[in-house]
This record gives sequence, structure tokens and C-alpha cells, in this order.
Amino acid sequence: VYTSVMGQALQRAAQWTSAKGGSGGKLEFTKLNEELLNSIIQYVDGFGAKYADESKLVFKKPLTWQTTVSPDAISAPGLEDRGGDKISEAKADKDQPLFSIKRDGSDNECSAMTMEYCEQVLRASGDKKMIEIRACLEANRDPVANMLGERFATVEGDDNSIFRFIEEITKEIEQLAKQHAENEGNTEKQEEIEEKKLVLKMRLILLRLDQQLLNQSIAQITKDVRLTPIMVDGEVTILQELSGDDERKHVLETIDFWGDGYIFKNGCRAPPQRQLHGDIAYIEVRPFDGNMLYITANTSGYYLNKGPDNRGDMNYEKEGDAYRELVTLLKDKSAHFTEMIDKQEFHLKVQEKDDYMDARRVEEDDDDRESTAGYRPDRSKQKAEEDSKDKGQKQKAQKKKKLEPSLKWKALGMEEYQEPDKRETQKLKKKKTSPRMKTKTPVDAEDSFSESSTESEEEEEAVERRSETNADLPSEYWQIQKLVKYLKGGNQTATIIALCSMRDFNLAQETCQLAIRDVGGLEVLINLLDTEEVKCKIGSLKILKEISRNTQIRRAIADLGGLQTMVKILRDPDKDLKCLAAETIANVAKFRRARRTVRQHGGIKKLVGLLDCPIVSATSPEADKDAEVARSGALALWSCSKSKKNKEAMRKAGAIPLLAKLLKSPNENMLIPVVGTLQECASEPSYRLAIRTEGMIEDLVKNLKSQSDELQMHCASAIFKCAEEKETRDLVRQYGGLDPLVSLLQKTENKELLAAATGAIWKCAISPENVTRFQELRAIEQLVGLLNDQPEEVLVNVVGGLGELAKDPPNRMLVRKAGGIPPLVNLLTGTNQALLVNVTRAVGQCAEEQDNMVIIDKLDGVRLLWSLLKNQNPDVQASAAWAICPCIENAKDAGEMVRSFVGGLELIVSLLKSDHREVLASVCAAIANIAKDEENLAVITDHGVVPMLARLTNTVDDKLRRHLAEAIARCCNWGNNRTAFGREGAVAPLVKYLKSQDENVHRSTARALYQLSKNPENCITMHEAGVVQPLMKMVGSQDEDLQEASAGCIGNIRRLALANEKARYS
Amino acid sequence: MLKQQCPNSPKIRMDRNKFNDFVHKNFEMTDEMIVDRVFRAFDEDNDGFINELEWVKGLSIFLRGTMEEKMKFCFDVYDMNADGYISREEMFHLLKNSILKPATEEDPDEGIKDLVEITLKKFDYDHDTRVSFDDWTKCVNEDNLLLEALGPCLPNLKTKNAFLELVSDAQHDTGMSISAQQKLKGKVTY
Repeated sequence: VYTSVMGQALQRAAQWTSAKGGSGGKLEFTKLNEELLNSIIQYVDGFGAKYADESKLVFKKPLTWQTTVSPDAISAPGLEDRGGDKISEAKADKDQPLFSIKRDGSDNECSAMTMEYCEQVLRASGDKKMIEIRACLEANRDPVANMLGERFATVEGDDNSIFRFIEEITKEIEQLAKQHAENEGNTEKQEEIEEKKLVLKMRLILLRLDQQLLNQSIAQITKDVRLTPIMVDGEVTILQELSGDDERKHVLETIDFWGDGYIFKNGCRAPPQRQLHGDIAYIEVRPFDGNMLYITANTSGYYLNKGPDNRGDMNYEKEGDAYRELVTLLKDKSAHFTEMIDKQEFHLKVQEKDDYMDARRVEEDDDDRESTAGYRPDRSKQKAEEDSKDKGQKQKAQKKKKLEPSLKWKALGMEEYQEPDKRETQKLKKKKTSPRMKTKTPVDAEDSFSESSTESEEEEEAVERRSETNADLPSEYWQIQKLVKYLKGGNQTATIIALCSMRDFNLAQETCQLAIRDVGGLEVLINLLDTEEVKCKIGSLKILKEISRNTQIRRAIADLGGLQTMVKILRDPDKDLKCLAAETIANVAKFRRARRTVRQHGGIKKLVGLLDCPIVSATSPEADKDAEVARSGALALWSCSKSKKNKEAMRKAGAIPLLAKLLKSPNENMLIPVVGTLQECASEPSYRLAIRTEGMIEDLVKNLKSQSDELQMHCASAIFKCAEEKETRDLVRQYGGLDPLVSLLQKTENKELLAAATGAIWKCAISPENVTRFQELRAIEQLVGLLNDQPEEVLVNVVGGLGELAKDPPNRMLVRKAGGIPPLVNLLTGTNQALLVNVTRAVGQCAEEQDNMVIIDKLDGVRLLWSLLKNQNPDVQASAAWAICPCIENAKDAGEMVRSFVGGLELIVSLLKSDHREVLASVCAAIANIAKDEENLAVITDHGVVPMLARLTNTVDDKLRRHLAEAIARCCNWGNNRTAFGREGAVAPLVKYLKSQDENVHRSTARALYQLSKNPENCITMHEAGVVQPLMKMVGSQDEDLQEASAGCIGNIRRLALANEKARYS
Repeated sequence: MLKQQCPNSPKIRMDRNKFNDFVHKNFEMTDEMIVDRVFRAFDEDNDGFINELEWVKGLSIFLRGTMEEKMKFCFDVYDMNADGYISREEMFHLLKNSILKPATEEDPDEGIKDLVEITLKKFDYDHDTRVSFDDWTKCVNEDNLLLEALGPCLPNLKTKNAFLELVSDAQHDTGMSISAQQKLKGKVTY
């Protein structure tokens, strides 16, 4: 409690309730105060151990407060028990004990005169430390004055007391020394001085804490100056937790956001036109006392508004003052809230802090969320370590060899600086990726596939591939070393000669690349970029551009800060220089950290600026130059666009319209990087929308017919990603894009192109109109032809495409006629999750047709599907279960077939325990089909299907509801399952399904209710749950099935009622 | 313009010292040897003075020259004895100041000799240990950076632009003689 010492901090920083709150005042229930109290507690804990003497210093006045600690809880040597109270033997003066704690009704009064005792009370309070500290501080507004005397009371303005005190002490010490010299030793005086020294020390200690707290609160306050959506959400959530209908326990009846609940990307809920005024959200609060309050959360604070009018439109006008904290506002408006909130306790947070920090750091960390599927953190970390070790040694060796300290030092310094950073991010990454890896769903894999083109060469794992044979270095090595010497030691002329000569070496060769690095050439080349000499810069960049094709060189360039310099060069008036810099950046930014560096130094904006070139049809050298600049800019952006944040930055910098303009260029060299960038960015919905609305689809389709495989591939890939959206699919068809896509299927040698084309076909086939066109183009036959001997990337898309196409019944026959079923069934034995999801879907579609089913059955396809239910991946499980449904429907002797799978029924019932909704829905659908066979129904009943289905009935997911109700309806047909469903409480929730919007849910639910109503108990439950009215409505439905089931159910209920009445009267 | 530079001389012409000052002031060219060579390249008739015509011609290459003109100009600057070849000795002479090495090297000339070898290797297409104008053009066309390979003898972009601005200002302000203007312009176009 002593901690309260920090007079200034508490006085100013801590937020006290307004003085009108009466005597003493209270600490507001705010985050800031909680933080402050927490640091005080930490500080006080162990004060005695750190400052033994100081903790025994007797206060001028005791600190007295109401404590929750009972006297019995405190036991220390030197404490006397007096009728339940505890009083210390040591006394400050005649009747003032150093410590006392007295019983006083429910609260105890505690009074302490040394830090030592304060600490003891705090220790005794256990987990109520927070309350103790708070009580003590609230009772003693200026603890410093109590402890050290009024002279140290906290005053506004300059506080000189400590300086005066120091002077006083020094003077007295001098005096004493004088007296001592005069041999008049005065021990009393000396003691007094000792004590004063102690006081001074104590004061300094307290001052330090004071400062620490002030800093902390400043940090906090600066964060808080303006409200942000996150803060608003946070405050509302906290209050929501404290709200409820119990007046004695809860602070508010309800608190929630007003409006349709839509949250904008920036976190705001207010409509955009209001966001302009700084509005973040509107909050509606129902306090226990008084009317509904409507509060505007604005960036400037919280204030009341006039609430919604009759038509439900918000009247945004401000009423009354704005408050910094929501709590403060509510306190002003609701007495009950004030009363209750003061009773809320601050949460004592002890250890979570660390976790919290970590979590935050993870968030802050760059989330270049590239495909991390195959990423193995451990290995790469180890490698990074080896790497750095290796590098370190090399650096050392170099240093010995050459007397060029300045550059080397720089390099070393950089190295040291970078390493921990690297390792840290790696650690974080590890954390980040681990949960992802656990749930490595095929959707995920699919996503990452379409999200960013596979980065198999993700250089996070670049291997240090250096020949160990340092002994016989090639002659190039020595020659390059000599040239580097001239680079360093020569003037401009010599430098240029050296640069040009260096380019005579084969810079594409790894030996040369590494030689340049190993002799310290990179440092020099990068330093040259900082000079004024345009020629030197050009010469240097020409070399860097070449050698940065090497992954190790890229890292080295980034480590040496080369990216920063190159980003600066992008603003240079010299166009050649700009081009070279952008091209080099394009090479270097192939790994994550480099991309981040480019962004953080404003490179994205500058690169986007390069794209802005006038397109002139006439070819003049000047226009060619401009086009070249734009091309190199696009090239660099292409590399950079592999990071999510960079995509965002590019969009903000206005890249999209510029790319759209460049897309019109007739030049293939220009188009490849432009389309490459677009297809990379198309993983973001915002880009997909822009690509569609800026009319880029037309150009993409046009370029599908280009002569260049690479360009075709990027176009197809862009369409693949964009065709997730219906409008885009339609546009592709309207511009005649389907034909070239299908004709691309001929290019079977180029697997990348094939994968992109099949992917585009797959996605386009989602629209039925496109399916018709594909049919005309005989796409199915060609796709089936690709089912053999293709890499998995292609197969995934081919099979996905077939799955979509087979939704159209005539196509199912075409698949069969083309001989597609055996290879499809064959693929069911694979391991690639994304592929399995697509294959099961395709097989399921094919199984919709009887003739196909015969073949599938012959190939034992159902068994294979069934075994996929055991797959770890829930998406595969779900997809397999869906596929099983038509198989059972269309197979001959389905019941017999299902029974023949040993343990199959048990397996499928056990999947009802899954947490995955799609799995549950699909399994319910499969069970509904299985239950058509009575014998099988008996078996699954034995496996406990009834309670498991009943347990799921509380779901709100319409898809699951539909199939669940269907399964329940079918399962009723055995033994006493109807009664069992009633017993397990499945009936009442089913009645609620009738309120759903989904017609399909109604139909299956009515069927289930009809079945269940054959049991009188269930009828009663249903009736109580209010089933009759909605069922009546459904009797009037257009759907005969629904009509019939509803009527049957009502009939059963009615009959029961009649029988009842009859029984009563007879 | 020329007149301004040499106000006191009876004839409109510039001597070596004035030229020295001129390029130093305007184009930051300080290497005396090179400047001397540039002067000789300007001074076509070798009379030790730059007359009006030479001045205009020279400046035109200096400021607006095409690549071919510049290549020829540089080659002439470097070809000290005007025999149509840059020899190893000439190269050594030109490059001797280009290495700023601490005096610790055993033989201070060693490095330069080496550099000359490298340069020669770079330029000498026909392996006759000297650089002909043919060699020179081939090489420079391949890599424009090598235009001033043996020492800066042309103004750089910055000073060039500054000077051009100065000239156009001068034209407006002081009224350059019309004939000179025309000549300068005329020169620029051919």
C-alpha cells in the first residue's frame, strides 16, 4: 500500500471520480487505473527485500484505511493480540503503535506506519491485493504527505521540497562535521541526520516510482487520445459482460450496438457518410433506471444523441457533453450504474501480461500470409543459425585478410542487427503457423493455391550451397577480387572501368555471384548507389540486377540495406537508373523480409508511380523509355505483390487503374509482369472486384489468345482466381473467353499453363450458362483425357472442373462415355487433400446417375469413399459423406452393400461427434439415406444414433437443420426410436426449425414432426412448443410434400386430443 | 558569350587559361591534364586559341552532341599523339591518378599497370595491344558507360543542364549576338 507513494502520478494521471462524489473520491473504474494499480502492486511486492532500511522508516502519520483483511490473517513477530485486534508492540510515540488492525463491523480498520507493515497487509490480502491498494489510495489521497510529512505533500507546480531538503541535510552534515572537529560529538544529532538521510532516500525511491507511473500513464493516455473502433468494441464488450437482468448484480440491463450490425473494414459501424464526421458506432443502452440511452461513439469521445425517430432513422444530433470514457458518461446518466460499477473489481492480472504482449506482437508482425503449407519452422530456424554462424566466420576471415575496416564494420554491424530480428520473426512465425498446420484443410490448401502462386522457391529456406572446396577457387574469384579492389580504391574513372569489366564475367554463374559477395563486393556496389555519380550507380545496378538472381545474394543485399537505397533511386530523374533499380528490386523482393522492407520505406508508392506512363502508339525513343520504366515498375510490383500487405498498399497507391491502362498495351514484355501482378493480387476480393469493374476481364480474355505461353498462363490464372464471382464468370463468357480456355487444354507439355487453364475452367463451370458452352466445346472429353499422368496441381483443377460440369445431368453421361469414371475412382486412393475433396465431389455427382453408379459400384468406389470418412481432414470427410448419399440412393442392393463394409456404420455414426458443421450436415444426410434400410437402421440405432442426433438439434445452421431433421424423420421408423427422440429432448428444438427462412428445412422438419407425432408424448411436447400455428400455415404451402407432412402431424395431434376428451367424458 | 569570357582580347578568341577557368567554373572539370586535352580537341587548327567557330563547334558536341560525335570527341581527347590509336602508354598516363591508394603498396604503379591491362583487355578487340577508333566505337556502343572510360572529359548531366539554362538566360537578358545564337542553334541541328 505504500506504493501509493507516487503522489504526482496518482494525483494527475489516475482518473478520480469527480469531486462531487463526496469525501475522498473514488478511483474510476478504467483501464488506465487498473494498469497503474497493477504496477503499484508489483512495486510494493518485495519492497522490503530491496530496501530493508527504508521499509522500516516510520511514517509521519499512519496510513489508515478500511481493509478486508481480518486481523487473524496477519501474524508477525512483534504483534500483540488484543481482543481480536492486533497491535504492534513497537510504537512511534507513546500511544501510537506502528501498526494496528481493529475489527469494526464487517470492515476492519487498518493503520500502518511503516512500509514493512503495509507490505504485510498486502501479502495477507492474497488475491484481494487490488482492493487493498485501491482502498488505501482512496483513503489517503496523498500518501507521500502521510509518510514523509507535509513538506512533501504533492503540490501543483514546481516541487522544490526535495531540493530544499537536500540542502538542509548537507548543511547539517557540514555542521556536524564542524562540531565533530571541535570534538563535541553529538550522537543525537547524528541519528537525526541519519534519519533524514533515510527520508531522503525514501523520497527518491518514491519519486522514481512516481516517474515510472507517470510514464506509464502517458503511454496509456497518448494511446487513448482519440477513440478507435477497437476501443469502442472493447468498452462495450466489457460492459456487456456486466449486463443482465439481475438488478442487484448487473450494472445495466442491456447494452449493444445500434443498427444493422454491419461492420466496415475499418471497424466502424456507423454509415460511411457519418464516418466522415468521426462517428464510429452507435450504442443503445437500457439502464435499470430510466429510458433507453442512445450514445454516439465518435473519435472525439462518447456523447448522447437524439436516438432513432419513428421510422428508425438515427437522429445524430449531439446532446450534452462528450466523455472520454463510456463508463463516465453512463455514470452521469444512471445512478444505478454508478452504484454498481463502483463495486466491480479490477481484475488482478498477474501473468497474462506476457501472453498478451506476445499475442499482440504476433498481430503486429507482418502477416505476409503466403502459402505456409510446407513450411517447417524448426528446420529453417536451424538453418538460419547455421547460416549466420557461417557468415560470421566468413566475415571474420575476410577481416583478417583485408585491411578495409570501415566497410567490414558496417557489414558486421548490420549482421548483428539483423540476426536477432530474423530469429524473432521466425519464432513468431512458428507460433503463427502451428495452428494453421493443425487444421490443414483442403480448403485451406486450395486457398493458398489460389491465393498466391505456389512459392516453392520460398527462400526462407534457401540453402547455403557452397562448395567446400575452398582450396581450389576458380580463377574468376581472384580476378573479381582484383576488380573489387579497384572499385574500392579507384576514382570514378577506375570504378567505371572496373564495373564494366566485371560485367564481362558470366554473372549468371553462381561462382561469380558468390565471389563478388565473398570478396566484399556487395558492400561496395551498394555503397556506390549512395554516391552522386549517375554512371557509377548505373554500372553498379547493372551488376546487382544480374547477381540478385541468386537467392543468397538477395538476402545479402537486403541485409546490407540495399533495398532502402534502391527505393530512393526510384525517384531519380534518370530513367535508366529508375528501370535498373526497379528491376533489381524485382529480383531481390522475392522473399518476405525484403518485401516488407520495400513497403516500409515507401517503395510501393514509388513503384506504382513508375507505372504511370503515357501510352503512345507512335514509337519514339522517349516513349519506349517510359514504357520500359513502367514495365520495370510492374516487374517489381509483381515480386512485391506476393505479400498481402503490399497488395493493400498497392491498391491504396492507386495501382489498379494504372495496371488496367497498361493492360491495353500491345507489348508482350509489358503484359507479362502486368498480368502477373494482377493474378497475384486477384487473391484479394477488392482486386477481383476492381478487375471486373475496370473492364480488365476483356483484356485478360484477349491475351489468352496471345502467342506467349507465359502470358496465357498468367491470364488464365487471373481468370481462375477472379471467376470465384458470378459476374466475372459471365463476363468471361460474354467476351468469348471460354473457347481459348478450352483450346489451352491442348498444351499438355506446359504443366503450369495447364494448371491455370484447368483452374479457370473449373471456376467458370460454376455458372450453368458456361457449362452449356463447355459442352459445345467438348470440354468434358478433353478434361477426362487429362485425368491420367498429370501432376497433382493440374489434377485438382481438372477434377474440380469435372465435378462442376457433372452437375448438369447430360454431362454425367458424357463423363461415363469418355471413360472418366475409372480414373476418377482411382484417384480416390490419393493423399492430396485438395484433390480428394474435388474427387469425392466429382464421384458424388457422377453417382447421381444409375448407369454411372453401376460402374462405380463395380470398381468398389463406395468402399473407397467410405474409407475417406476416416481422413483427418474434415473437408474430405464432409465431401466423402456427401458423395456417399447419391451412391446409396442409386446403388442396387444399397442396404446389402452398406452392411458389407465392416465397421462402416459405426464409423459414420461416430462422425456425429465432429465439431465441423459441414461434416455433421453431410453425415446426417448420409444417415438419412442409410436409414432407409431397416436392418441398417437397426444397426445404427444400436450404435446410439438417436441420442447423438438429438444432441445436435439445438443448431441454428439451416443446412445442418435440414439434413438433421431428415435423418431424424427416417430414424423414427425403428423400434422405440420415436420415444427415444422425445426422451432425449429432440422434439421442442425441432419445432423451432419451422421459423427458419429455408423452405427445405420446413419440409424435412415437417416430415420429422409427422413421424414423431405418432408418439403421444411427443405430441404433447410439440403442442406445448406451439407447433400448431406454423404447421397450419404450412398446410397451405404449394409444396405437396410439406402439405402432407404438416397435415399428418396436425392430424396426429388432433387425434390425441380427441382421444383424450373421449376418455375424460366416458 | 565567347566575348564575355575574354573581354580584353582584341580578337574574339580564348586562350588556354581562360578555357581552363571556364570549364572549371561551369562544368566542374578540374583534372588539368584532361582539360588540356579537351582544349586541344576544341582547338582544331592548333593555334593555341579557340576562335569563334571552334568554340561553337566544340560546345555543340559538349552540350548536345550525338553519341557518334561524343565518341569521336572522347577518342580524340584520349589519343594524345593523335595517331589514331590509344596506346598502352597513353592509357597509363591518363589513368595514373585514378587510384587513390595508401602508400603502403610496394609499387604504386603496379595497380595502375594492372588497371591498364584490364582496360586494354576490355577495349582491344583486334588484339594489337592498342585501341583503334574502331575498337573504341564497338566497345562504347556495347556499353555506353565506357564513353568516358579514361577520365571525365564531358560535362555531366547536372552541370550541362545548369549551363544550358545559364545560356538561355543570357540570351534573354543580355541579348547575345544574333549571329552567334544562330550559329549555336544551327550547329545544334546538324
